[in-house]
Amino acid sequence: MSDNLESFRSDITAWIAGNLPSELQGIARNEETICWGGRNWRFASDAQRLWLEHCHAKGLTCPRWPTEYGGGGLSRDEEKIFREEMLNAGAPSPLESFGIWMLGPALLKFGTPEQKAEHLPDITAGRIRWCQGYSEPGAGSDLANVQTKAEDMGDHWRVNGQKIWTSYADKADKIFALVRTDRDAPKHLGISFMLIDMQTPGVSTKPIRLISGASPFCETFFDNVKVPKDGAIVGEQNRGWDVAKYLLTHEREMIGGGGGGLLSGSTLADMIGTMDADAAADPVIRAEAMELEVDAMAFALTMERYRDMAEAGQGVGHASAMLKYYGTELNKRRHEIIMSARGSDALDWDAGFAANWLRTKANSIEGGTSEVMLDIISKRVLDLPSK
Amino acid sequence: MDKLLDSDDEVMLRDAARGFLDENAPITAFRANRDAGRPFDPGLWAEMARMGWAGVLVPEESGGADMGHRAAGILSEEMGKTLAATPFISSAVIAATALRETGSDRLAEISGGDALYALAIDEHVKHAPTRTALEARQTGNAFRLSGRKCFVADGSTANRLLVLARTSGADGEDQGLTLFDIGADRAGLSRATANSIDARDFATLDFDNVDATGDDVVGDVDNGLAALAPALRTGQAALAAELGGLSSGIAAITLGYLKERKQFDRTIGSFQALQHRAAHLFAEIEVTASAIANAGRVLDADPETAQVAVSLAKARASQTAKLAVMEGVQMHGGIGMTDEYDAGFFMKRARVGTEWLGDYGHHAAIVAAARGV
Repeated sequence: MSDNLESFRSDITAWIAGNLPSELQGIARNEETICWGGRNWRFASDAQRLWLEHCHAKGLTCPRWPTEYGGGGLSRDEEKIFREEMLNAGAPSPLESFGIWMLGPALLKFGTPEQKAEHLPDITAGRIRWCQGYSEPGAGSDLANVQTKAEDMGDHWRVNGQKIWTSYADKADKIFALVRTDRDAPKHLGISFMLIDMQTPGVSTKPIRLISGASPFCETFFDNVKVPKDGAIVGEQNRGWDVAKYLLTHEREMIGGGGGGLLSGSTLADMIGTMDADAAADPVIRAEAMELEVDAMAFALTMERYRDMAEAGQGVGHASAMLKYYGTELNKRRHEIIMSARGSDALDWDAGFAANWLRTKANSIEGGTSEVMLDIISKRVLDLPSK
Repeated sequence: MDKLLDSDDEVMLRDAARGFLDENAPITAFRANRDAGRPFDPGLWAEMARMGWAGVLVPEESGGADMGHRAAGILSEEMGKTLAATPFISSAVIAATALRETGSDRLAEISGGDALYALAIDEHVKHAPTRTALEARQTGNAFRLSGRKCFVADGSTANRLLVLARTSGADGEDQGLTLFDIGADRAGLSRATANSIDARDFATLDFDNVDATGDDVVGDVDNGLAALAPALRTGQAALAAELGGLSSGIAAITLGYLKERKQFDRTIGSFQALQHRAAHLFAEIEVTASAIANAGRVLDADPETAQVAVSLAKARASQTAKLAVMEGVQMHGGIGMTDEYDAGFFMKRARVGTEWLGDYGHHAAIVAAARGV
């Protein structure tokens, strides 16, 4: 490793030590402790606010984004060191958001200089909270079947339609949404990637309750919503599908990665906790647990191998669909085993197992179903014919 | 720890190996060996020895290429793809590792391809080194070996044997075992070749008062597992790599067939039912490839701690090979069941490779124990 990187490491380690409020050190990541930011954000503590401010001032909420937008301008290697040292220091992420994960990367690749200047600084500072509006009641796996329409009204677009599965739409300030701007064009070609303020008259949201209980998901309704044309569309008009596709690859890697559940090193035994003697002696539960651990370890290594490939500049491309497919199916298996191992104890909501178990059933649906992933592998990776 | 990618040198080694095997050991060559009742082609092995493959794990001062376990895995994987039959794992991997620990003179013969070793370890239908009853009765510096070993890979063709025998303790105990390195021509040894489904050499060895001396002992008397364990691990890793290559090999053949075969006026590869089976198989092969690459990496970096990584690779590779050959035959349909077609060769070798040096359950238990299950 070069001297530069070594000195970067000692600098960043010292900086974290000097700026991380002690009460945040080692804090668990959960719905109560995540900092999402936004117009109406209420910080969980002064420490959370301070940590965000310190990190933002140094560009570390978005370490690799250009400094002119409030990013850190770090190289890939520097970012890796930064993340390692954050982990070593037990430092929580200062800010999480769909702006950081999805809209930011889309704007950096497809946005105009004006769009970048308008939106990226709000994202890095945590001033605006974004949500994602892709899915519709009639467009699940067939994502391009977008019916929400945006009509050209001269100086503005008039948007009508409905989105579903918009995470945190009820708490978000703005939405990036796929809308149909040309009804006559072929399905994939009449879609635009549009930015809409959630405070605009005509936008409303309704939370969705899942089989696992309350969820961050919402339905989002657009009823004659007027969107000023200036800067509303990211990328070319009617070519929003290109932007969406680019982002879906990001999303898949994220969901598949979480599915491994191994980045933190947690074993099935840890997740099950104290097992009843009868359950522990059950040969089938035991065999399933053994098989799961074998597959989970091999999957964690596959995540590592694919990261190594990406870092070496060997494109992973459509094979990322494999990570999404495998990781989510694995996670479903994992939670089935946990439920079996805990037996009737787990059937009480209050025991805390059932909601997680039920929630995993969505892993292989959201972000592209397992079947869509298999389609992508067979067509794009294995090059199997369509007829 | 190194990255889970082939280094530049390893890419070159893989390309060279693939080129050589496609040319000199295609599946047609395996078929010819099978038809001739020949477990492997000695000329091919001599050629491999000249290229340094037999000495892949032998130090340079003993004439080896000393390329490490990642390299051994790459060679094994490529051989698996074309079902190249050689004594590579028995001699170049297992015996070379066992003898390297003690610095034997025979390492040069291994790297030259002249010493053909077999490991005589199993006595029951399941791999379990501690379940050794074959007795080595000690009188001073002399030993007499009596008992039976089964499922000895390359056991009929080998000219040297590594034999795990019991010098004290009882069947099932891990202490009291001793590893011997003896010539296969010793009096009192009789060998019976099994009619193995994979058309390779597996033998049952009967020892009737076979003489050995203290000079034949590898490592320490009564502590033979310590001498053997590193060698077993490397063999298991190389076998996992072979099974990984075998899985890729049959998957590639199957994929080719899906793109070419027409039924109902369509290419069968356009049917989603088959596409999803092929895509799932791709996913399993990819996940297994990571475990195989990792096993080589850990063996090179820190061999003493490598058992879990190796067992993970062998467990995964066994399951994936089973899936790959079953899907291979099923997606070929009737022709996949014919002897004229190659798919069955992959299926039979996969079955043997799964069983040899510990099956899925054996290795999954090691992995799971390390994870607290």
